[in-house]
Amino acid sequence: MEVTTGHSSPTPRKGFSRIWNSISQFFAQTPLLGWILGILIASTLELLIGFPLARAIGLNKAPVLFGVDIALKTPLLLPATLLYDLVIYIIPIVLVVRFLNPLTNRLAAWLLRFPMWVSALVHMGLLYLALDLWTSVSDYRVLVAKLMMIAIMITLSLNVVNGFMGEFSCSHPGFMALGAYSASLVTVFLFIGSNFGPAILPESLGPFIFPIALILGGLVASLGALLVAFPSFRTRGDYLAIISLAFMFIVKSLFENLEFLGGARGFGNQPNWASLPVVFIWTMLCIWIINNFVQSTMGKALNAVRDNELAADAMTVDTRKTKMITFLFAAFWAGVAGGLFAHVLRYVNPGTFGLQKLAEVLAMLYFGGLNSVTGSIVGAIGYNLLSEMLRPLELFKWIIIPLLLILVMLYRPTGLIAFKEFDLQKILQPKTPQTKVEVKNVTPAS
Amino acid sequence: MSLLQVNKMTHYFGGLRAVYNYNLSINPGEIHGLIGPNGAGKTTIFNLITGIYTPSEGDILLDGQSIKGMRPHRIAAAGLARTFQNLRLWRHMTVLEHVKLARYSKLDYGLVGAFFNTPKRTRQEAQTTAIAMELLDLVGISHLADTVVTNLPYGAQRRVEMARALAIEPKVLFLDEPTAGMNPEEMLQMIEIVRHVHRQLNLAIFLIEHRMRLVMDLSQHIQTLVFGEVVAEGLPEEVQNNPLVIDAYLGKEVET
Repeated sequence: MEVTTGHSSPTPRKGFSRIWNSISQFFAQTPLLGWILGILIASTLELLIGFPLARAIGLNKAPVLFGVDIALKTPLLLPATLLYDLVIYIIPIVLVVRFLNPLTNRLAAWLLRFPMWVSALVHMGLLYLALDLWTSVSDYRVLVAKLMMIAIMITLSLNVVNGFMGEFSCSHPGFMALGAYSASLVTVFLFIGSNFGPAILPESLGPFIFPIALILGGLVASLGALLVAFPSFRTRGDYLAIISLAFMFIVKSLFENLEFLGGARGFGNQPNWASLPVVFIWTMLCIWIINNFVQSTMGKALNAVRDNELAADAMTVDTRKTKMITFLFAAFWAGVAGGLFAHVLRYVNPGTFGLQKLAEVLAMLYFGGLNSVTGSIVGAIGYNLLSEMLRPLELFKWIIIPLLLILVMLYRPTGLIAFKEFDLQKILQPKTPQTKVEVKNVTPAS
Repeated sequence: MSLLQVNKMTHYFGGLRAVYNYNLSINPGEIHGLIGPNGAGKTTIFNLITGIYTPSEGDILLDGQSIKGMRPHRIAAAGLARTFQNLRLWRHMTVLEHVKLARYSKLDYGLVGAFFNTPKRTRQEAQTTAIAMELLDLVGISHLADTVVTNLPYGAQRRVEMARALAIEPKVLFLDEPTAGMNPEEMLQMIEIVRHVHRQLNLAIFLIEHRMRLVMDLSQHIQTLVFGEVVAEGLPEEVQNNPLVIDAYLGKEVET
């Protein structure tokens, strides 16, 4: 996964872009399978020799996020963390890419002979395995990974409204809060018990009820979306932004004042059901369904509404229905993500779902790119990793991240990977080169 | 009973009378021209019939059914397709996506299909793609199917609008100045396309045009609109020589 963060800051300088070009040339023939395999091997390596290696080079613990946090705290340890990253991550991945390309390409080609979903499932399984191995080193990584995946869901669902449909909605934290509280309400009251009474159902049933609780959270969020959509979707533009912002504050103060949900103190004690595989499965489901939607002709109607609503109407598209459904759909996924969020942290607090959350979600969205599923994934992962890695800088973090955002906006006004289709076929297919390119590529490297 | 019939349609924008007492009747397979100086209300008439505005008075019947007051997408689905005077394309979408989207009302895989990529959806999308490619062939731009529209030359963009309108399978096709801004060569090609489409699909066409030659060439029946009122109506030759029309277009001679 760390590969994607390499995109984070597009630098305009010539020399840099030349280096970048040769790097991407070198990796051009690596299929997704190769990357996943590389990460898998690197993670295994870290599991096996990570700790002894860290000790040997003078770090008192294995770096959790590529050592950036350690290097920022004590700059003297920078060489050691670099060495660690080199040995554990960079060298194994480069080696895999360098030597296993033919194998992974052939494997990817072979997988595509089956229906697409077989290949997709295999990729997802391996990806999960890699993620599981990588996070097994520390609980902190597990938490970061879970929050990252939840961020992907939220960013993606906001992209459906703000990117694909071109409206400007600010109420996503509100939808998250609705989902978080509704799902928590179900799980806590049914399985944990509260001051209203003991648990009603045995906890062993929980994992089966948990998806239902999440979906319920999503539906409640959709219901909230309906309240925003009715008054604001008759007009276009700023009205939705204002009304949705108001909605966010209303939801926040609603939960601050609901005493049976803990009020401003927050609501805790959620059961620990949002494990890594659960969050992973929901994230994949979310990506799959949203991608299906935006690629269908029905989903293209969103783009038509954005680019020219009058023409969309004249071409038989029911624009009002399209806008309504899309808004509810996006709110649903924000609600599901909120439910997962509550069960990952096992505590929610109305203050979480305020302006700062909104700013974060918008930052991830515009950082990654509008109208692009890949963009949202990259944006959410990039932003979260960056934000975690820069944590030791404390206040300066909030100077550096906005600066980066401004840079992205300057050079890529619509985000890093905007207006690009998430084509599963293209992503999974082998990157078998024409022979000429291969020859050209091999010579400088060897 | 004619295919499209407009009875005594009148429309006010506030106190301004934009269209007054407008009548129209188009039969299947007929090309009907609407001419008039700038600001006469031609496009307003299009917008009224296609449901962007609801007429203040009068009635509009398509196949004997009143479509007055229906929402534009319903009217379009009922069989009135149009192109726009100033192109209204979706700037981030490809040519093929434009034509496919105009089949929106014909797709019935619903939200389940949209979310879960069901076999029904796969089938319908494939069918739609095939139909769209045929239409692109008809207007001669199938080789540009995967190009984003903003990268196309003007003439090709006009053709995209045409193919998109045809994808609705209209009963009546409304063309709002289909050759506006075109050079003579592009214009001739456009005339050819309109003729071809008309012959191929035996479409009724309602045409707004500024260029007299084109209207006279294509239409079987012409109306002249001045300040929202029809001042002359009839066969092309009749209208062409009507003094009122000449007045409207060239102005009156000042008597000295």
